[in-house]
Amino acid sequence: MDLNFTPQEETFREEVQHFLAERLPPRTADKVRTNKRLTRDDLVEWHAILNERGWLAGHWPVEHGGPGWSVAERYIFDYETARAHAPRIIAFGVNMLGPVLIKYGSEAQQKYYLPRILDGSDWWCQGYSEPGAGSDLASLRMSAVRDGDHYVLNGQKTWTTLGHYANRIFCLVRTDPAAAKKQQGISFILVDMNSPGIEIRPIITLDGEHEVNEVFFTDVRVPVENRVGEENHGWTYAKYLLTYERTNIAGIGGSVAALDWLRRIANQQMQDGRPLARDPYFAARMARVEIDLENMKTTNLRVLAAASHGGAPEAESSMLKIRGTEIRQELTSLTRRALGPYAQPFVPEALDADYNGEPIGPDYAAPVAAEYFNNRKLSIFGGSNEIQRSIIAKTMLGL
Amino acid sequence: MDFDLTDDRRMLADTLGRYLGDRYGFSERTRIAGSEEGFSRTSWQDLAGLGVIGALFGEAAGGYGGAGFDLHTVFEQLGRSLVVEPFLGTLLAGKVLEAAGGQQALLDEVIAGTRLVTAALYEAEGRYDPLHVGTRATAREGGYVLTGGKAVVPQLAAADVILLSAKLEDGLALFLLPRSAPGVTIREYGFVEGGRGGELLLQDVVLDADARIGAGHSAQELIEHAVAAGIVALASEAVGIMEFARDATLDYLRTRTQFGVPIGKFQALQHRMATVLLEIEQARSATINAAASLGGDRLSRERAVSAAKFTIGRVGTLVAEEAIQMHGGIGMTWELPLPHYAKRLTMIDHQLGDEDYHLVRYIRLGEAAGAEAA
Repeated sequence: MDLNFTPQEETFREEVQHFLAERLPPRTADKVRTNKRLTRDDLVEWHAILNERGWLAGHWPVEHGGPGWSVAERYIFDYETARAHAPRIIAFGVNMLGPVLIKYGSEAQQKYYLPRILDGSDWWCQGYSEPGAGSDLASLRMSAVRDGDHYVLNGQKTWTTLGHYANRIFCLVRTDPAAAKKQQGISFILVDMNSPGIEIRPIITLDGEHEVNEVFFTDVRVPVENRVGEENHGWTYAKYLLTYERTNIAGIGGSVAALDWLRRIANQQMQDGRPLARDPYFAARMARVEIDLENMKTTNLRVLAAASHGGAPEAESSMLKIRGTEIRQELTSLTRRALGPYAQPFVPEALDADYNGEPIGPDYAAPVAAEYFNNRKLSIFGGSNEIQRSIIAKTMLGL
Repeated sequence: MDFDLTDDRRMLADTLGRYLGDRYGFSERTRIAGSEEGFSRTSWQDLAGLGVIGALFGEAAGGYGGAGFDLHTVFEQLGRSLVVEPFLGTLLAGKVLEAAGGQQALLDEVIAGTRLVTAALYEAEGRYDPLHVGTRATAREGGYVLTGGKAVVPQLAAADVILLSAKLEDGLALFLLPRSAPGVTIREYGFVEGGRGGELLLQDVVLDADARIGAGHSAQELIEHAVAAGIVALASEAVGIMEFARDATLDYLRTRTQFGVPIGKFQALQHRMATVLLEIEQARSATINAAASLGGDRLSRERAVSAAKFTIGRVGTLVAEEAIQMHGGIGMTWELPLPHYAKRLTMIDHQLGDEDYHLVRYIRLGEAAGAEAA
């Protein structure tokens, strides 16, 4: 029993910290820390910086351009980058499609697409959810009908995160509507967003932001060689993708940074002539989430240790997702409460880093309420927390 | 990082688990818990022979372990079998004796299982604060005179020697009190979950000078350190109990049929059970953090043990209540083992400080850490 990282892992941590101090653009880090808007250029720039160091695709094996990290090193990298307020790596190409292509893609697909993910030539988005297929993803209906050496796609995808930045989309489509089970008859297809017949429309979320989209497909022709793996076996690849990224599912580093941010605000906000952080009721709420986060750090490391011994713990990763997101949501909720009346004034322009206007209330106030509302998504996406609870129960009960 | 037990600890866990499985089954446990003494002298001797008491103390004190993860290993097994033997009092008193030094003969006998000690550190007025001491010790020629009282002392009547705290003129002090000393009154009773304890009343009890121990140390620090070990022990016992409750409840959800299906098919129960499972893992992590902290600096240790006791209190109550609820009517019966585990789990929150006490303590320690850093 030893909660410490090895000396080699600690050396790696220092290497990451040193790299972040040198290369993470301060302007970008400041935006992340204060919850200001990131531009597409900010994200592309950060990907390029990581790729130059060989650290963009932490999950990929060395032969495909990954760094060959252990789970502990991946955890350290995720933790340190989040604590340093680096932007999250955009997962769709690097952490989702990449591993699927490495496991199931053809050699030609791997040779063409993997380098383009690393060097930023392609920005991928995810075509999974449909209006009628959310938690019940396997009921998706977008059709792909074979026509010579093409598929013809018709239907609609939704909740397409940063689809307006993307030039490619990976889609789950129905290739056999007559299959006995709805999980059968699904294929996994790579689509060029510039193909004729694709239309993208923004969905404005409750915080007033444009992050997600609807994507409409009308007679979109896609070459058959863009199918990953076998026809009608797409559900297997889709599930692999959904359960792949485990080391960072709890988002510990991000929550540690969010707790620091909350503490700073609670120490500056005054109530009854003392900092809010000293108010017994507020202090108790902060302490409860802090303890939960401390426990979560160890729970996360325990799951990683088990995974590095070859376990692929599905129920455990659901636990990390549930509690990790609950902690993050509680932190953003407390930060919103900490602002008191100044959570209410809403100046959307103030979320841009180059905004020069006089802040209303404290200078950290502008993004807080919007961030709280935005983070309600955490318990909904990636398999809602209710779906995760069902996974845990079914795994443990075997019913 | 490495979350596996060392070979020695795994062997200890196996040996202890096998003994308890063979000789301390639930019906035997029920008999022992309700017996006149509330524990079994035969079992205690056996456990001493297996080295289980020695595992609580370091080699310098004649033991075979004594680290946080040794306590964790032993008490998790004790929890699984719902053992009512006098381990907590032995640990608390023994940890003070170990750190204070000068009491090797007594410690040897404790480890051999031939003398029984307990710790009387809490008072009715002080509730969960072991540093709130109203019992007075007055120095006089050749010794001390003690007057006062101690509350809810585990295995008080069976102990040969009672370790207790009292206030001297110049601060807190610790004494060893023979149970049979004149002026000592014991009011003995059973615990709601089985086992026994008592109230200790001291009326002008005369003690020799050498009854005072640890005079060269800070009594506060000795007490704090022993209570930290006690919290690791209770948290580990709670984890063992929770694992039993988890397994029993999962089994019940799989086998109990209503409306023509196993009740585990119902989503309302599935989701509650998933939360229970998740919280148990968080409680285990909190316990690991506390066990790892025992060898560290004071502030991080005390924060980790308060975090663990808070977590165990919160999660323990949840697990106990949910396990009974999901068992339905049968969960209310004396006959079933589960509710007895639930009772002990609930009562662990009433020993060495509950959820609320330790949350407030954690906050104050954090403020102290902040002030130290500033």
